[in-house]
Amino acid sequence: MSRLDVRSIGMSLLAPAIAILLSIVVTTIVIAAVGSSPGDFWSTMFEVPKPRLRVDIVNQTAMIYIAAVAAAIGFRMGLFNIGLEGQYTLASFAAASFAGAAYLSGWANVFAAIIVAMAVGAIWAGIAGVLRTTRGVSEVISTIMLNSIAITLVGYFLNNYGVKEGNSVHTKNIEPGTSVGGFAPFEDRDGEIWTLAIIAVLVGVGFWVLLNKTRFGFDLRASGQSESAALASGINPKRMILISMMLSGGVAGLIWMPAFFGGARNYGTSFQVGLGFLGIAVALLGRNRPVGMLFGALLFAFLSVKSNDLTFGTDVSPSIVQITQGVAVLAVVVTYEVVRRWRTRLEQRAVSRELAPTTEATA
Amino acid sequence: MPSAVDAVQLRGIGKRFPGVIANQDVDVTIRSGTVHALIGENGAGKSTLMKILYGVQRPDDGTITIEGKGVVLKSPTEAIEAGVGMVFQHFMLADNLTVLENMVLGAEKLHGIGDGARTEIRRISDRFGFDLDPDVLVEKLGVAARQRLEIAKVLYRGARIIILDEPTAVLVPQEVEALFVNLRELTAAGNSVLFISHKLDEVLDIADDITVMRRGTTVGTADPRTATKHELAELMVGSELPSPETAESTVTETVELSLQDITLTDEFGRDLLSGLSLNIRRGEVLGIAGVEGNGQSELVETIMGMRIPTSGRIMLGDQDVTHWHTRQLREAGIGYVPEDRHRHGLLLEAPLWENRILGHQTKAPSVKGPWINRKGARQDTERIVRDYDVRAPGIDTPVRALSGGNQQKLIVGREMSGDPVLLIASHPTRGVDVGAQAAIWGHIKHARRAGLAVLLVSADLDELIGLSDTIQVILRGRFVGTFDPAQVTPQDLGAAMTGGEAA
Amino acid sequence: MSTTTTTTPRKRGVVERLSKSWLYIGLIGIGLVSFVRIVTDTDDLTAAGTIRAAIIATCPILAAALGGLWAERAGVVNIGLEGQMILGTWGAAFFTYHYGPWVGIAGAALLGLVGGLLHAVATVTFGVDHIVSGVAINLIGAGTATYLAEAIFPEYEGGGPRQLNGLEAPTQITIPGVSDLANTIADKHWFFVSDIASFIQALTTNISTLSLLVFALVVVSAVVLWRTSFGLRLRSCGENPQAAETLGVNVYFYKYVAVLISGALAGIGGGFLALVASSGFSTGQTGGRGYIGLAAMIFGNWRPGGLLAGALTFGYTDSLRLRDTQSVHSLLLLVALGLLAFAALRAYRRQVRGAVAVTIAGLAVLAWFLSTDSVPREFTVMTPYVTTLFVLALGAQRLRMPAADGETYRKGSAG
Repeated sequence: MSRLDVRSIGMSLLAPAIAILLSIVVTTIVIAAVGSSPGDFWSTMFEVPKPRLRVDIVNQTAMIYIAAVAAAIGFRMGLFNIGLEGQYTLASFAAASFAGAAYLSGWANVFAAIIVAMAVGAIWAGIAGVLRTTRGVSEVISTIMLNSIAITLVGYFLNNYGVKEGNSVHTKNIEPGTSVGGFAPFEDRDGEIWTLAIIAVLVGVGFWVLLNKTRFGFDLRASGQSESAALASGINPKRMILISMMLSGGVAGLIWMPAFFGGARNYGTSFQVGLGFLGIAVALLGRNRPVGMLFGALLFAFLSVKSNDLTFGTDVSPSIVQITQGVAVLAVVVTYEVVRRWRTRLEQRAVSRELAPTTEATA
Repeated sequence: MPSAVDAVQLRGIGKRFPGVIANQDVDVTIRSGTVHALIGENGAGKSTLMKILYGVQRPDDGTITIEGKGVVLKSPTEAIEAGVGMVFQHFMLADNLTVLENMVLGAEKLHGIGDGARTEIRRISDRFGFDLDPDVLVEKLGVAARQRLEIAKVLYRGARIIILDEPTAVLVPQEVEALFVNLRELTAAGNSVLFISHKLDEVLDIADDITVMRRGTTVGTADPRTATKHELAELMVGSELPSPETAESTVTETVELSLQDITLTDEFGRDLLSGLSLNIRRGEVLGIAGVEGNGQSELVETIMGMRIPTSGRIMLGDQDVTHWHTRQLREAGIGYVPEDRHRHGLLLEAPLWENRILGHQTKAPSVKGPWINRKGARQDTERIVRDYDVRAPGIDTPVRALSGGNQQKLIVGREMSGDPVLLIASHPTRGVDVGAQAAIWGHIKHARRAGLAVLLVSADLDELIGLSDTIQVILRGRFVGTFDPAQVTPQDLGAAMTGGEAA
Repeated sequence: MSTTTTTTPRKRGVVERLSKSWLYIGLIGIGLVSFVRIVTDTDDLTAAGTIRAAIIATCPILAAALGGLWAERAGVVNIGLEGQMILGTWGAAFFTYHYGPWVGIAGAALLGLVGGLLHAVATVTFGVDHIVSGVAINLIGAGTATYLAEAIFPEYEGGGPRQLNGLEAPTQITIPGVSDLANTIADKHWFFVSDIASFIQALTTNISTLSLLVFALVVVSAVVLWRTSFGLRLRSCGENPQAAETLGVNVYFYKYVAVLISGALAGIGGGFLALVASSGFSTGQTGGRGYIGLAAMIFGNWRPGGLLAGALTFGYTDSLRLRDTQSVHSLLLLVALGLLAFAALRAYRRQVRGAVAVTIAGLAVLAWFLSTDSVPREFTVMTPYVTTLFVLALGAQRLRMPAADGETYRKGSAG
């Protein structure tokens, strides 16, 4: 068995390696095809990032990781929460409005706003959960619809109740006392690693413990592997769907919180869109495993942040990394599928080798 | 010899799957215009052989000769062209398409997809008494009609050699007789039939020749006019077939499960179960016989709390459990062997020890409070593997890699652990090899002696008659007859299962 | 033999009744709109201009919905439609700039097809989950179009890193006599008649040939999928691929063809956005229309007629957000009446709970109409999404998707 273990670990590393190689090749081809220099591109990308960018990478990694965990909660349960984007948009807006209104002060305001974010994210995801459990509506379609509705709703509230400043609209700024900065590992002008990036660590550890050590986690994984078997084993699948959808949405509500309290201080033009979809991609890249997703988040954050350097020095536009990221995700799911089939064969061989002297042929 | 040229000759066929030898040195000769039976227990390699003859899979070794010509069959299309047609054990029909669409699919060139095809289907239907309406959706058809459609599909393609894979598994005795009448008409018209089965009575009844398979290879042939069941069983498994017979009654007076006037209505207001009442005492096995789809699954799911009855009462011991949830019922000591182990009984990708936890997530040794007890669960899995002879390399192997019999033994072992008071067993030996079958029967008998109450649902009438203390026949959601297994024959049960009329 | 004589006429009867009921529903619908137009005095509601805008808004959604239909009928869920559509917008811009609009459309189809090919390779050959592959393709599509635009378009005349303007559009056609006559009648603002005339006017005056092509594709798809043996084989792969395999159907081939066509159709939808719906390419132009197309297909119960109705509904509301807020407001009355009519139908069918729920919704909308004078623009934007959720919530159980839709199929798995 141990030989198989070593090999299977080797194989699990093989898949992402192939995927990354493939995305490098595709990226290079695309750059060369439009007449730019792939050499310039890669040398710029692989340069050691400047301190300011290093800080950015850490901060971005934290937010992408939270998003990935939110997606993974759904995936492990067999649910496709494509609605992270809408959930964290609405949740961020609600939390920013709440914190801006300053009902509380200091840390109390911070905690309360985070609770609001989680609650709003959970409720918004819960709509898809309720539609699925009571009316049998596929969560894929409903969350896609809810994404668009959430983004439009936020636009409506912002336009009608936001603070206007020149051409832009935003929620009320939070008071200086309730912002949570961070610490600057380099010089002050290089920026701070946000304190609330710690949420990513908590969420990651919590996810691992919940999934692998608890009964609830077992129920969740069982439901994800086979809804029918879960039902027969006494799990209430509807309840599980609703809970995990809301849990996923609740975590999604946290995605933008580090940035909000760390730097943005209001919901407006500084709001970072697209983290939800990045989170889904990273969850797929890291196979919904806590450690795998960490590497995925780091890779994606690195690509996104480092691509800013491209505008100086090269004629390659930064949006090239979107292709790299997309290809990496597609390649990784394909190679994992290939590896999985290969592994199933090995296991079957192992079984029949073990039983060769005693068993009859099975068809 | 009625015909100079044999319909099919298979010589030295071999097929290997990763780590498994499915077929080796298989020789079969089918004479023209005959019914040739291929028998062997589950897992003997019959299905693989059939798929090879039908071009679904390609052999690694050996030759196939059809009507005197050597052929290489790379796909079903080529098999169809060579005159081979196959009726699969699991019907290959698309429910949302009509009879006509299912029929012409892949053979559109023959008679088009319109009125030409419609006429041809009616012709075949009338010729063999199949009673098929081309424009009905397949989902409206019953099991026997679906099988007739499958045979008609094969004939529509002009097949002269028809493979039937376990065609009687889903039929009651009367429907089997009707099928045999159809088969005799087919051979009379010059077709050849390859009939795959493990039911020896039927084989002796219908076959002109018999070939026996065991462990992936052909081990002998027999003449049905002279062979006995005993000899065939000896060839098939090397010994007497296991018998489900139970010894003396162990029924006690204590009622463990009691259903009182249970009715279950679906969302459209149709009754799936109507007014069912039954009592199972400790030490009693109550068998439920019925044609599939007459409410057995719904009955089991209602008892297991997966469906809530519209009216009526369910008592477990002296507690009213009508509205209890599945988990509560399992905690109260109900063991459950579901009818479809892949869908309801196992997490196929998960290792053995995690499957030990499934269904027992709230009971020691699997858990400690809200936490999973990994060590406890693993130790208890080792015990099941030992006591129930589950053949697996280790408890970290994914369940998918196990054979059907070993998967089923794992489930039975799991459901028997923690001393259940009631066992709900749906088709506990379906699709398992004789060794596992005998073992599972043994475990049920043993637990019954120890006072376990058992509800046994099965399509295998011999199993029901052998194991049960009482048999209830279910038809369209109602109990239509109670039988004493000591008195009843499969034919009597079959008549009751179809409402007393021959199909 | 009794079945022989009765089945054929009975089947025709069903078809006739169905198409008749569609006709009635259509006529009642137009009557309702006309009624609302007169009651609320908003002629804009069915002005030829409104309808023309609606047709233009409908076409991209319709093309995407058809793309969804082809893929899902072969059992492949394609939420990569959005990404394939984005690729189409870029393809249309690039090829039109160099070779004119028709090559441009072909280019849009080609780029969409490449997106479809990726999806087919991942889902059919490698058995990757369809949703996962679709998500990845949406990322790749958006990234590729953005990057290629930034890399290439700034050097073009009328181009910039995020747009390419001044593209030649496909020809528009007008049918002279009919167009003028319809115009005259429409201007009378008669009940019902003028509304129909407006519709005819919009269809016969300066209508893009590409619009006509997209509408024609609905008919072509319906005929190919339901009236040919090719279509039967393709649909069988979505219903029971194992059964299809045992009958000699090459399932992989049909799934590939279906997904490629699906991608090409989505690409054409994207091309329509760049060439007809606006004056050129811009990044992010699709704005989720691929998803709305998917919604229209589900709304239409995986059928060509149904998805046409869905696309028209969404297209009509989509076009209204560009028009004045009063006409949108009067639509509330239409929605309220529609809901109440639907409630009456449910009550007639004795679906009490459903009827009550729909009645309450109808009354709420009616109250909204009576108590306000305008609808915020954002609410119009949301309409397709909210409608889809409602339709799914009310009718998901009755919807009938292909039985093996979204399932991974492997060759040799039959039996």
